[in-house]
Amino acid sequence: MTAPAKIRCDACPVMCYIAPGRAGACDRYANQDGQIIRVDPLTILDRRIAKGDAVKPFLKADWDGMSASGDDVAVSAIGAGTTYPDYKPAPFIVSRQIDGVDAVTVVTEAIFSYCGVKVKIDTDRHIGRETATVRANGEVIGHVMTAEYGSQMLSLGGVEHLTGGSKAEGRATCAALLALCNKEEVELTIDGGSTLRVAAGQPPVVDGETEVRMRVGCGSATIGMFASQWKGHVDEVVVVDDHITGVVSEHQAGKVIDWPDTGIRIKGHRSTPGRYFKVAEPGRGWGGTDIDDPLAILGDWRPAKGARPGLTLLMVSTTGEHAGYYVLDDDLVPQSKPMPEVLQASVDLIAENCEPARATVLFMGGAGGSLRSGVTENPIRLTRSVQGEVTRVTLGGVPAYVWPGGGITVMVDVAQLPDNAFGYVPTPALVAPLEFTVPMAEYQALGGHAGAVRDLQDVLDHGGAYGADAQVIGTKE
Amino acid sequence: MSGRPTVGWLQGGRLHLQHGPIDLILTVEGPGRTQALQAAQDRFETVLDVLVTELDHLTVSYAGHRFQGPIAQRMAKAVAPLAQDHFVTPMAAVAGAVADEVLAAMRPHDLNKTIVNNGGDVAFHLTDDQEFTSFSPIGSVVVPADSPVRGIATSGWRGRSQSRGIADAVTVLADTAARADAAATLIANAVDLPDHPAITRVKAQAVEAIPQLGARSVTSAVGALGASDRADALDAGQRYAASLVANGLIAGAALLLQGETRVTGWSGIATRPVPDLS
Repeated sequence: MTAPAKIRCDACPVMCYIAPGRAGACDRYANQDGQIIRVDPLTILDRRIAKGDAVKPFLKADWDGMSASGDDVAVSAIGAGTTYPDYKPAPFIVSRQIDGVDAVTVVTEAIFSYCGVKVKIDTDRHIGRETATVRANGEVIGHVMTAEYGSQMLSLGGVEHLTGGSKAEGRATCAALLALCNKEEVELTIDGGSTLRVAAGQPPVVDGETEVRMRVGCGSATIGMFASQWKGHVDEVVVVDDHITGVVSEHQAGKVIDWPDTGIRIKGHRSTPGRYFKVAEPGRGWGGTDIDDPLAILGDWRPAKGARPGLTLLMVSTTGEHAGYYVLDDDLVPQSKPMPEVLQASVDLIAENCEPARATVLFMGGAGGSLRSGVTENPIRLTRSVQGEVTRVTLGGVPAYVWPGGGITVMVDVAQLPDNAFGYVPTPALVAPLEFTVPMAEYQALGGHAGAVRDLQDVLDHGGAYGADAQVIGTKE
Repeated sequence: MSGRPTVGWLQGGRLHLQHGPIDLILTVEGPGRTQALQAAQDRFETVLDVLVTELDHLTVSYAGHRFQGPIAQRMAKAVAPLAQDHFVTPMAAVAGAVADEVLAAMRPHDLNKTIVNNGGDVAFHLTDDQEFTSFSPIGSVVVPADSPVRGIATSGWRGRSQSRGIADAVTVLADTAARADAAATLIANAVDLPDHPAITRVKAQAVEAIPQLGARSVTSAVGALGASDRADALDAGQRYAASLVANGLIAGAALLLQGETRVTGWSGIATRPVPDLS
């Protein structure tokens, strides 16, 4: 086997030979798939070229520059460089016209000491108890938080883990956050629970098994959606779910279509008719329970309520991943039988209606403190302007959700940012691209660094403090 | 692509000079500031072009070659005493030597404080009660004007250059940045655990952008090490660092490996805890 060839970079007189996937001696130019590319330049997001395609970088020279003053072009802080402390103007303050209004965008790569990620993992499987400790490389980096619909949730990072614990804890936390924000895969272990491999936008891997489907709904909701399709084809349906197991003959959705009683008995706590909590312990079996044999959740069948030999039963999980068909024998004991085609079709329909399971990562950070001084000489006015929705906050060109209340605490879906938009400093803290866009008049009223404002073409032509190159990439919208 | 040196101003009136892999950030204070910065720019114009003319000799084991260029000569001088018992190329001192040279170009002017930071390898000049503050594995370093130290450099396997050892960082203080740079490289190489299973190594030629180490192995990953392994590796590095201090080649060294630190020499240099940047 021969290694792929190095290629020679002609960006400077050193003429480095750069191996595939590596950077030259300068760390500015790299060999990506046999081509020399500029690493980490100032990034311009050009909405004009976005047609739903994946982000595609190209150099400034390839850009016609036509929209240099329009709304189509957003200047992103990726590669803008940073200054710390921030009492000097941020690296770029760019003026342009948006919908005919003079606006300025203040662009910096902000150092976030207060930051973390919220990870949503689409799975019904029990991955660990709420508040259980989450570790990366053996270090504590966060915890399991409140579960959401069809998903388990993790809260990772934050200042307590970044700088409040040991150095090793801070480093492990920073490394895991950085990788997650840059859409790379991270292995996490939960005390008393699962080992996970998660990457933003990718199916989560729980204890070595890749999650494929997110449940169509809870067991009760599944009954509601499919009851009419089962009527006439099977005598009873149980949708097994760790949260709410549904039974069609007892459920309101069965009652309204005159579904007859079957004498079935479910172990667990009955909530309302046909809806049961706690039929088993949470786990990685059927529907997020710990059971592999669904019959384990059934009690004795009652002839007085309609149980009879020959009665047919479908048991299915909320993703259609598990399903079984049974017929009661003369002793009213369910016996496994091959699934009739018509029922298999309904099981397949459940699976089909499930969304693909994904891990999703929201970056959350506070742009407070000294960072605001890079934007304006009067930081509190910036906070108020952001809260008043006059100043727009974006990260890498992606609109951020600004949490109400004090400060500028923002959340953004990292999957929407261009690749490798995040960096770090050894403090440890994450570095994230941050842009404030504000009408020019408002900017002056805020006490902005008006003297540092340059127009977009000037930035494209001359760059900023940390280099002159730019790349234009299409936004994913 | 732009092949020429670029000049730009950073916040705080610092000057940024960049050409290829060289990034200098100049902090200059004093009455002669304007003239000094102009002199630095003029000197910088040809730095890389001249260096590359002797690249073939700069990238092989140093064995007394006589160089033409002033920066190459600084590199040779910095590595010469180290080359007697170790493999070292003059390139081990390139960052420091460039910083020293640009600093020297500004010296004729009337300045209180001059700092040339070449990607973390720093040459500086101080007068009177001026101090120079930088980072090191054991906290902020504060060098006073009356110290003979005029150069500081850091090396490690995670850094921009390849390392043959496993130190996360070795910071060296010396009378020139070139000597500090070369010594940091060799001390970082000495912090090592040969044949340890937690260490992944690759042949340098597979990853080097500027060929110099050839078939020698360099570190590409270091797994978590136990306390005794860390101590063994740091002992090896510290022994070598102590010999350099004893021979008067460097003023001190601070070594970092997976959270554990060692210090050798370093007398007369104050350190402060790493500041909280939040």
